[in-house]
Amino acid sequence: MGQESPILSIEHVSKEFYGNVVLHDVCFELRPGEILGLVGENGAGKTTLMRILFGMPVIAETGGYKGRVCIDGKEVSFASPFDALDAGIGMVHQEFSLIPGFTTTENIVLNRESMRPSILNDVFGDRMSVLDRPAMRKRAEGAIEKLGVKLDPDMLISEMPVGHKQFTEIAREITRSKTRLLVLDEPTAVLTESEAEVLLVALRNLAKLGIAIIFISHRLHEVVNVADRVVVLRDGLAIKDTPVAGVTVRDIASWMVGRHVATERAADVGNRGFGEPILEVERLWVDMPGETVRDVSFSVRQGEILGFGGLAGQGKLGVPNGIMGLFAAGGSVLLKGAEVALNSPRRALEMGMAFVSEDRRGVGLLLDESLEWNIAFTAMQIQDKYLKPILGGIFRLRDDEGMRKLTEEYVKALDIKCTSPRQKAKELSGGNQQKVCLAKAFAVKPDLLFVSEPTRGIDVGAKRLVLDTLQRYNREYGTTIVMVSSELEELRSICDRIAIVDEGRIAGILPPTAELAEFGLLMSGEAAAKDVGRASEASK
Amino acid sequence: MNKIKQYVTDFGWPRIIIFIFLVLLFVAAPFVKVRIDASISDVLNRFGQNALFVLAMVPMIQAGCGLNFGLSVGIIAGLIGSTLSVQFGLTEAFGFFGAVVLSIPFAVVFGWFYGKLLNKVKGEEMTIAMYVGFAGVMFMCIMWLILPYNGPTMIWGYAGKGLRTTITIEGFYRHFLNDFLAIRIGNSFVFPTGMLLFVGFAAFLMWLFMRTKTGTALTAVGSNPDYARASGVSADRMRTISVVLSTVLGAIGIVVYQQSYGFIQLYTAPLDMPFTAVAAILIGGASVNKASMVNVLVGAFLFQGLLTMTPSVINSTLQTDISEVVRIIVSNGIIIYALTRKTKVTK
Repeated sequence: MGQESPILSIEHVSKEFYGNVVLHDVCFELRPGEILGLVGENGAGKTTLMRILFGMPVIAETGGYKGRVCIDGKEVSFASPFDALDAGIGMVHQEFSLIPGFTTTENIVLNRESMRPSILNDVFGDRMSVLDRPAMRKRAEGAIEKLGVKLDPDMLISEMPVGHKQFTEIAREITRSKTRLLVLDEPTAVLTESEAEVLLVALRNLAKLGIAIIFISHRLHEVVNVADRVVVLRDGLAIKDTPVAGVTVRDIASWMVGRHVATERAADVGNRGFGEPILEVERLWVDMPGETVRDVSFSVRQGEILGFGGLAGQGKLGVPNGIMGLFAAGGSVLLKGAEVALNSPRRALEMGMAFVSEDRRGVGLLLDESLEWNIAFTAMQIQDKYLKPILGGIFRLRDDEGMRKLTEEYVKALDIKCTSPRQKAKELSGGNQQKVCLAKAFAVKPDLLFVSEPTRGIDVGAKRLVLDTLQRYNREYGTTIVMVSSELEELRSICDRIAIVDEGRIAGILPPTAELAEFGLLMSGEAAAKDVGRASEASK
Repeated sequence: MNKIKQYVTDFGWPRIIIFIFLVLLFVAAPFVKVRIDASISDVLNRFGQNALFVLAMVPMIQAGCGLNFGLSVGIIAGLIGSTLSVQFGLTEAFGFFGAVVLSIPFAVVFGWFYGKLLNKVKGEEMTIAMYVGFAGVMFMCIMWLILPYNGPTMIWGYAGKGLRTTITIEGFYRHFLNDFLAIRIGNSFVFPTGMLLFVGFAAFLMWLFMRTKTGTALTAVGSNPDYARASGVSADRMRTISVVLSTVLGAIGIVVYQQSYGFIQLYTAPLDMPFTAVAAILIGGASVNKASMVNVLVGAFLFQGLLTMTPSVINSTLQTDISEVVRIIVSNGIIIYALTRKTKVTK
């Protein structure tokens, strides 16, 4: 394989945006059938590099780039993504570009549909051909099979779980007969560990067919698993280009952030003393699409960090969403002995609970408003803070001064990188947005904090900061935290107990020090039978 | 230099170009024998007449209900209030404030139902709103005929019942605001102090409201309803409040309009009014999801300025009376332009 000439070579590519260097003298090569892991923190220049490769107009608009991009040894310079597609480069974007109202098949073969001539062809020419649906379906099925995944060719995109959307997107790229180079930008960011596993297998299958793959991911163990070679970008420099054999996740992580990353858990985790139970949940059900909770009972004690893990779609996300009233729920929830009214976010907040949603951009932030608004809004609406009386209290106006002070406090405490408290939330990077969401929850000074997928889609450095912040608030202010996450490792690093949710029920609760294999068994439902028995005993 | 550049970008090129065009019209006016003082007076007058309608757009835009194409609902409430005021024979201050006070309960009730309806058609508010407006106006066309009004100045002389299309309010509250502290210079310049003060006061109240807890919640609902919900704010309730507020402002707006114009116009007259208000706020730089007081005042001034000046200058240049045609072309042209300018927010 090493003898073949490279399909793609990037030679001394540099790029700057208005004097701000984002790529500096980056070189690497890619051969057919090779999987290249491209890693780097947010802002390291991965996306810019891919934009250059793809001839995105934004590059030319901002002054072009220096260096050469060669395909098959010939220098190319794509004027638009269409040229890149013609040259055989396929791209799977971080955000889906699928038509929600179309089926899997229709999306996969979109604009390249199989045609059958109709009688109108004789009069009006080829434009009047009709779709050959069986042939389209066959092609789509072929692509799905090539990927080695299970996808219903007739399902509407709008009704699919995110994982399937991702596969559809990849299937579409590989049905292009010319595709020789496939770029995947964070393909696993929205997937669960098991879905990601399937995806990685699919990628290896594709590589065997001779397709070269550039795999961009924050999940380093996936890179180590799937890639043949890894290129690490840091601050625009390609600081490492090495075969993956013999490289560990820890090595890559430290190259990326340029410092030693400790994934050690705090020394006292697992053997701390706690107070009285603060939250008692009995027979909770939540009707959250894709994350149905069927029958969950648990209790959390004052000062504890309880983790919820499990595979996607099993219901772990439904637990906080249901208790906080965002989705229809039933059952009994007691906070400090007082009944919590379900299905009313206001009541839940008023009782002293707060929630950091997993849907950061959809639920967690006011993207078009300032950080001040984002952080202070909930406290203002629920606790009447940051309002100052006017005319002897006839009515109350927003206290901008107080909101700014609060925001500045949290910007400092959580190290939120922003130009000012007045900056709009949409202008921040993912990690900093997440910190804003945390600040919003901390601002209501909750007794009990629900945090859902706090590190989804943010880079390694920011992840650590977010987890440290949670731990600090727990230790310093005694905030009880219920954290839901798909990433077992991060649950194990800060939680005192970890509940694994399977099929809408708690399969078991383990200490963080338990063997990985035990968690695996609970997640896969292997230990379920045993545990259900125990649960029903307890309920008697 | 950079500061000027920044200022220009903030203010927006469309507004600067329209402003320059307006200035050019004023410069050209004397050459075609259009009196400048009368024109300025006219522009100020029309600005005052329409500013409240433009202001009425703000709450619904902020709450994410889009542009209030159904402002006619509020105007109808105002018409009911003003006809009742005339019916009861209230004059001057009693007449004006009577009309305002009588129309507010109608506006609140209409706005509440209208708001409930818009909550059921999220995403399609603007289309539905337009037809609610049309339907309301047409329904009232019947009602104006059969409601038992009997004020002699209001009903058809030949039938003895049914309201006229145009009712004079001479002797009731005509120019009540306009003449309050009005400054007259020469024969043809009048500065309508009272009306502009009233508009300014209304804008100030709206500005205050937007800074209260409810106003903040309203804006958050418009920015991201899911965020607002997760923070314990009922999106539907906020949207209903915004629609009621907009409808009440529409009702007060028509009373202000009437006292300046001198007539109550019934039947199909309210049909076009929402469009000019929508155009004005878009010209003022508002988007479908964000509007400020500056957008309102700048927009109302530029739009009404153009609408006043273009027909009269063109008319005098061509020496024929096509002012109505030019007015329609200009106003609808601006509406089209403004609607193409609307900007969306990040989702």
